This record gives sequence, structure tokens and C-alpha cells, in this order.
Amino acid sequence: MEAAMGLMRRMPPKHSETALSALLSLLPDHSSDLLSQVDQPLQVLFDEESGKEFILCEYNRDADSYRSPWSNKYHPPLEDALYPPAELRKLEIEANEVFAIYRDQYYEGGISSVYMWEDDNEGFVACFLIKKDGSKTAQGRRRHLEEGAWDAIHVIEVAPEEEGIARYCLTSTVMLSLTTDHESSGTFSLSGSIRRQMNMDLSVSEGHLCNMGKMIEEMEGKLRNSLDQVYFGKTKEMVCTLRPPSEVIMRLPDSTGL
Amino acid sequence: MAEEVELSPKQKKEIAKWFLLNSPAGEIQYVAKDLRLVLNDNEVYDEAVSESFPIYNKSHMICLQMPAGAGDVLVTSFGELGENEYLDPRTAQVAIVDHVKQVCTEVRPATDEELPSAYVEEFRSALDVEILKYAGEAYPKGVCSVYCTKGKEVEGPGFNFELVVVISACRLSPQNFCNGSWRSVWTIEFQDEAQVLEVKGKLQVGAHYFEEGNVQLDAKHECGDSTLFQAIYELLAKYMAFNLLGLDANKVVGIAIGRTILLDFSAMLLISILYMKLIVIPSPDDSAISISNILRHHETEYLASLEVSYSNLPDNTFKDLRRKLPVTRTLFPWHNTSQFSLTREITKELGIGK
Repeated sequence: MEAAMGLMRRMPPKHSETALSALLSLLPDHSSDLLSQVDQPLQVLFDEESGKEFILCEYNRDADSYRSPWSNKYHPPLEDALYPPAELRKLEIEANEVFAIYRDQYYEGGISSVYMWEDDNEGFVACFLIKKDGSKTAQGRRRHLEEGAWDAIHVIEVAPEEEGIARYCLTSTVMLSLTTDHESSGTFSLSGSIRRQMNMDLSVSEGHLCNMGKMIEEMEGKLRNSLDQVYFGKTKEMVCTLRPPSEVIMRLPDSTGL
Repeated sequence: MAEEVELSPKQKKEIAKWFLLNSPAGEIQYVAKDLRLVLNDNEVYDEAVSESFPIYNKSHMICLQMPAGAGDVLVTSFGELGENEYLDPRTAQVAIVDHVKQVCTEVRPATDEELPSAYVEEFRSALDVEILKYAGEAYPKGVCSVYCTKGKEVEGPGFNFELVVVISACRLSPQNFCNGSWRSVWTIEFQDEAQVLEVKGKLQVGAHYFEEGNVQLDAKHECGDSTLFQAIYELLAKYMAFNLLGLDANKVVGIAIGRTILLDFSAMLLISILYMKLIVIPSPDDSAISISNILRHHETEYLASLEVSYSNLPDNTFKDLRRKLPVTRTLFPWHNTSQFSLTREITKELGIGK
């Protein structure tokens, strides 16, 4: 398993799906471990009843069917399927509505889904998913990207409330890939995935959704920032180490001349 | 998802090869190590490794040290003489390499048949000198080689031949979770009857940063130039003129390839006309200088375009995936969403905000 994860850390992130399915076929006995530890690009289904798309993940799956957060129905239909209890479903509906607005404000498009279920410790777990296709043929408004994908997975475990305080454990993963293609500069492609955790004890006076939303917003900001500044920055640093920009070279003889 | 069907050894090998060939620069040994554990089948592993390493080594154009201080050799398809034999044209030696260990085990002198004719060699070695100079300046870790890939038997003017310039720069820093490589392959066709010098380049840059994540850059570019021998004289004349005028010759290259420069043109033109009349056929040295200037120009431009791509990221490219701030430019009003769904109120608030 460790070696398999080692391979995933080295394969190009834009090929993570191929890499995962290759590992699944080599290690069929570890399939559940692999599926839970390796994040893969999100898939989408269309819910005809609500006329909206929803995202598929392990948390809305039962057998080979997936539950839509909009209609609460499984696709394809499934008998004796699992559903969240009524109280939690109410929060799930609300979360889906609010999160769709949040998503639209930050992503200017994209698809989002929120799933909730009870855990064994009398608390509950919520999974917030966002998928955005930012390529110029899809929802890339500025038309900069030949290809561009952003998949975010936020899983929050909410412990039962004690004296008005609840503990929230958030694990977030962002996978992205972006490619620009210009005749003068060729193809330029960056792809990556990072995962981070954040724990908080918060008063539930404003409600779970408010707390979870704020945590996700903060986390997404941090992830975006570190991808942009740190991770992309490091690859740029590497390019400039391989071939230092000409100003640096030009300056050297000048300075000795002076 | 995973089907419980046992894979055939051949299928396993193909999967193993996929992993090996997709290894980032300098990481194939690590990938192989992990893969051996995942496969748990030494026979399949050995086969996959022996088939993948030569392909990987050639496509990454790795640099190996030849024994006994004989210098470095690049493993490339242009210098490939046999399965494990790679020519180092500069020293006219052939390196015997162990692909899987990525080492050079032996060296032998190249035979006459393996080397270009004296006529072509003059062009090749002159270009090698210029490229060595240029790569040394531009790439701190760069290794370069110039091969004759076509017409190495040509004995004099009147025939075509082809040289290939390879520049490979690799920087591995696994302790800092960062590896990267720059690969340039330039094909230069000397078309004698058409009096044309055709230059085509393929540039490939990769970088991998993997501290608590996995982010990779993969950039490719193809470019080219077709230069009449005549144009070389002009370029060269200007180059000479600037040298005579005591200006930085490297900056002058731009003129012929279409960059603006604010200098005294008339003096330059006069000298170039005089100079042009003196030459009839480009000498190996002249062509070497102009070719290396063309390469320098394109590679400098390419680096600049990579820098532009990076600087466009925060405000343009990345914004099409996710904005830094919402369209309202303020954080999302989560506090208004408490209790039950107040979606309508949020929408109202946003309406006011606009």
C-alpha cells in the first residue's frame, strides 16, 4: 500500500485516473484501501427529475447506484437503499441550496453537491463537492484555458455537540489541471493535487451549516493560495534554475566591467 | 470497479511499463523501487524494467559519466549505435551503458564508419564549439551534444546533410521535493541546392514539486526558422559590424529575426554590404555562429513566454477555475444561512451588493 501511494505521488496528476485504475488491477485485494486513500477526478450524473447535475462519490453510493441530493433518488433506482434520516436530510437540502450559491460566486459556474450521513459516534459527516470545468469550450469565461479542471472534495466530521460547542474535523482535497496552448509559446500545462486538514471547536449557535461553510471557504482560499503561490511557484523556480532568465546572465559581465 | 480477474503477465508488464515511462525527470529509480513491491513478481518486473529504461533514458536524454575521466555522454536516439552503445561525437568515443543502473560501464573509440566525414565534421565541431559556449552560459547544469544524423558521408559542397543539437539540463533536488528538466532538440538541415538552412526545434520543460502534494509542470513547444544562406551573411555581417562598432553582438541577432533595435543602421548597413561581397560560401564557423544565435534567440523567447504563462496565472488563467474572492468581493455571508434555508434573503443581499 505504501509503495502504491508512493507511485501516486510521482505520476503526473493529470493521469491520476489511469494510475489509480492500473493500481486497482494490480492490487485487487487493496481496492477498498486504494479507493478511500486516493482521490480521483469527480464524475457527474444528470438528475432528470430536478433537471440538475449531481456529483458522484463514495458517500452517495449504494451498490452501483448514486443518490441525487436534489431529488433524493438513486440513479439507477435501487430498492432498500440507504437514506439520511429526516432531520439530517433537511440540513442536507439547505446545505445544497446555500452551497450552490457559494459555488456560483467563487466559480462562476461548476457543479456542486452536498451529502450527509450519520456516523457511529452519534455525530454526522458531511461531504461538500465541487467540480468546475474551466476550459474555454465549457465554463471558462475568460477563455484562457484550452483545458481546465478543478475538483474539490471537503469531508467534515461533526462530533456531537457538548455544551453548545461542536468539534469539526475537515479534510479537503483539491485536484486541478490547466493547459494553455498558444502558437507562440506552445502548450503549458500544470496539474496537481493537494490535501489538507483543519480542526475547529465552534459554537453551534449560528448553526452547523454556517460553521462548516466558513471552514470550507477558509480552506479553499488557503488551498488555492498555496497551489498558486507555493506549488506553481516552486515549479517556476525550478524552470529558472534550469535556465536562469537572460537578465541574470546579462548582468554578470556588466557588473565585472564596472 | 476492480474486476476480480487475474491479469496475465503481459498485461501486468504493460501496466508496469506505463508507470516507468511516466516517471518524472530523475525519478524512474524511485518508481521502479515502488513498482517492484506493488508487482510482487520479479519476472514481470525485470522484463518491464529492461524494456522501459532504454526508452526513458533516451527520451529524457540522460547524461552519464564515462569512466576514467573520459567526460560525459548523453543517451539519445541520435547517438544510438547499438542497444547499449551511444556515441559521444565530441570525443569520438562510444559509451557502453547499463540502462537499468543508468551508468556507463565502458568506453571504446568510435570507428571511422561511425563518424561523419571530415567535411561534415568541420561543420559539426564548429557548431559544437558554439553550442558548448552558449549552453555553458545559459544552462548552469546543461549538457549538450551535436550529432550528424543525415549525410555524414558527404565529402564536400553540393550535397545535403543534417545536424542535430541536443541540450539537456536536469536538476534533481529530492531533499527539497523538487526535480526538473529542460530538453532542447534542434534539427538543422543544410540544404545545399536550395541554399537554405532549415532549423527546427522541440523544447520540453518539466518540473515536479511533491512536498505534501504532487504538482507537475509539463510544457512543450515546437518552433523553427528557415534561413537562406544569404540571410546568414546578412545576419553575420550585422554581427560583425556590431563587433567592429564595439557593441554587444548578442543583442544584434534580434535584427535579422525581427526585433526592434535603436541603433545606427546606416553605418551597419554599409559594413554589411562590404562584408557580404567578401563571402561566397558560409564557412563552418560562420554557420555555427549564426545557428547558435538562432537557437539562443528562440530559447530566450521561449523562456520569456513561460514566464508570461506563469505571470498570467493568478489573475487570468487560474480565475477561470476558481476566483480568489467571490464576484461580490466579500466573503460569503454564511451567518445569514443559519437555522433554515434563507436562500432568498441571501440572494436579496447579493442583489443589494451589486
